[in-house]
Amino acid sequence: MAIATNFWIWIAALLTLAIYSFLYKDNPFYKFAEYLLVGISIGYGVSVYWHNTIITKVYNPLVYDKNFLVLIPLLLGLLMFSRFFKNVSYLSRIPIAFVVGAGTGLSVPSSFEFLFKQVYATMPLKLDFGSLIIVVGVISTLVYFFFSLEHKGFVGRVSRVGITFIMVAFGAAFGYTIMARVSLFIGRIQFLLSDWLGIIK
Amino acid sequence: MFLRRTLPLLVSAIFGIALILQFFVPHPASKSFYNMMLDWLIIVSAFTYLIAVQSTVELHFTKIKRKVEGWQYSIIVLVSLFVTALLGVLGGAFMPTTLWMKIFHSVKPTDTTPLMYTYLYMQMPMQSTIFSLLAFYMASAAFRSFRARSFDATLLLVTAGIVTLGRVPLGEFIYKGLPDVVEWILKYPNMAAQRGILIGVQLGIIATSIKIILGIERKYLGGGK
Amino acid sequence: MKFINFISNLDKRWIYLILALCIIIPFLFPVGFPMKTTPPVKSIYDFIEDSIPEGGVVLIGADYDPSTMAELHPMAKVIAAHALSNNLRVLFVTLYPQGAGMAQDAIDNVLKEWNKSNPENQKQLGKDITLLAYVPGVSAVVLKMGEDITQTFNEDGYGNKLSELEVMKGIKNYNDINLMVELAGSSVVLTWLIYANGRYGLKMGIGTTAVSAAEYYSYLQSKQAIGMLGGLKGAAEYEHLLDKKNVYGGRKDASIGMDAQSSAHIFFIILIILGNIAYFVKKRKEGK
Repeated sequence: MAIATNFWIWIAALLTLAIYSFLYKDNPFYKFAEYLLVGISIGYGVSVYWHNTIITKVYNPLVYDKNFLVLIPLLLGLLMFSRFFKNVSYLSRIPIAFVVGAGTGLSVPSSFEFLFKQVYATMPLKLDFGSLIIVVGVISTLVYFFFSLEHKGFVGRVSRVGITFIMVAFGAAFGYTIMARVSLFIGRIQFLLSDWLGIIK
Repeated sequence: MFLRRTLPLLVSAIFGIALILQFFVPHPASKSFYNMMLDWLIIVSAFTYLIAVQSTVELHFTKIKRKVEGWQYSIIVLVSLFVTALLGVLGGAFMPTTLWMKIFHSVKPTDTTPLMYTYLYMQMPMQSTIFSLLAFYMASAAFRSFRARSFDATLLLVTAGIVTLGRVPLGEFIYKGLPDVVEWILKYPNMAAQRGILIGVQLGIIATSIKIILGIERKYLGGGK
Repeated sequence: MKFINFISNLDKRWIYLILALCIIIPFLFPVGFPMKTTPPVKSIYDFIEDSIPEGGVVLIGADYDPSTMAELHPMAKVIAAHALSNNLRVLFVTLYPQGAGMAQDAIDNVLKEWNKSNPENQKQLGKDITLLAYVPGVSAVVLKMGEDITQTFNEDGYGNKLSELEVMKGIKNYNDINLMVELAGSSVVLTWLIYANGRYGLKMGIGTTAVSAAEYYSYLQSKQAIGMLGGLKGAAEYEHLLDKKNVYGGRKDASIGMDAQSSAHIFFIILIILGNIAYFVKKRKEGK
């Protein structure tokens, strides 16, 4: 393997280094890359929306399939643009209310179902040490987050157990977070050493 | 007043309640209403993104107009946004458009689109690099702030140490049983606390949802009369 | 004491430099420590290997963007390659525009590598694998797919009508999907579990960033998910499992990073210990 000759790989490598230069100190190269990223990612989003959503879900059904039912949500969606005209801007609340209302309506029954599954799984099927840990841990954690009762006496002791469990969980999550952050850096080093410099396979 | 406040609240209440009831009614009419609602939601949602794009454009446009400090960078945002969007709309998202192939005769349908070039060689390296900076900040924080000040903090640090070591091959090399110890911690004490938190959060979400449908929670409508 | 003062006043850029070296050096001089496969990874692998008949369908949710691609992109590639090796069909779906680009890159990569190492069993876009068009609406999309996948998207990400694609033959809704593996590092995993698994009974596995892995053990214990790949290590374990089959020649992105991961973790532990020693020595000094 040898150093890349592909123009685009060089662009990617230089942009990567421009961002890493921030570790030394803030500088115009970093700033340039940062703002370039904002522009490119929104431009990308617009393009994907255009081809995958507007053309596929609105234009083609209307023009080729003559599916005029699409018109109702289309008009509802267009109402959102009323926010750019001061005297009718309140009309944009209607599509927002629809999205939020319908969305919550869909979520409530399913969220309950989900919650029951979690509670059900907490009930021990057999009596062993693991199940005991789970029952005690879940209940004491819930007690710790239950603020309507003063954490004194028995409740206080249970919530104390709860916080011990929470600390173990946070510790585990923290250990895993170290792993995650390191992996992100490994990904970039792999690109620089392999795709760009060609030092490793 | 009716159009400004009551109608939006009514819309969210009616559709919210209707879709909750729908869940419990297995009639074909209820099913087709449900299907229609899903279609509507998908199309209306499409516009929320365009609104977000519009406000970003406006923000940077104002910065340039008022010559706010660093306004030159806003030019970069706008130019790169328009160039990428233009390339994307004309050239295609994941497969070159017929228009693009007409303009450039050498382009084949299997070729990478111009949009994917900007994605693969500009957006991908920049975004992943920005997030990889977190590894460095975390190293600095590990050295400066993670102190075993109390029993709880010590417990957190010890667990973190075990998980950090037990999740890499080197940890397994040092002590063969370490991955199993980590798996046990994750499966039992960690899982129990995570579930406690999860149940609490889900209850909170359900409560907020019901408040939205009943019109008690109205922050999503924004301020004003 | 001199040493303690020295390390507590150290410019953080030295720490940055050492961390960078801890990661670069293992790439240049790899050791390749052996590793065990954890049960949550093995159960996804085993399910795809043993429980899906030929021609079955694996749905891969690419709900991540370049910020977490280091961890999740290797998973997308290795799971897709594994499914292809068993002659299963692979559909990529995404609820976010950025995920579409990731999925497209994964498909492109896997097809190229697969066809290079298996000239007698070539795979094709649209016949064996495809990307469903990006459609906004998140939970509405997940729910609609439970009713009718073709009607949800109309087309694939390349502008072909789904009803005319060979890869979609016989697929109406979740009942025709054998397994979904959702790759994400955000609450969208919950969306899939609540709506697709909860309401429609879709069998699911999770591939997630290490940040979220500890949290998702709740879904494993409740059997809402059959298994989980957590972070780069999870992806590396899966790569090792597939490697034993010797059918796919693609680069093992996750596995080659494991030495660097090990050495960086040791460095973090040393940092925490050193930081604490400095803290306690100083505290004792001030207490005197």
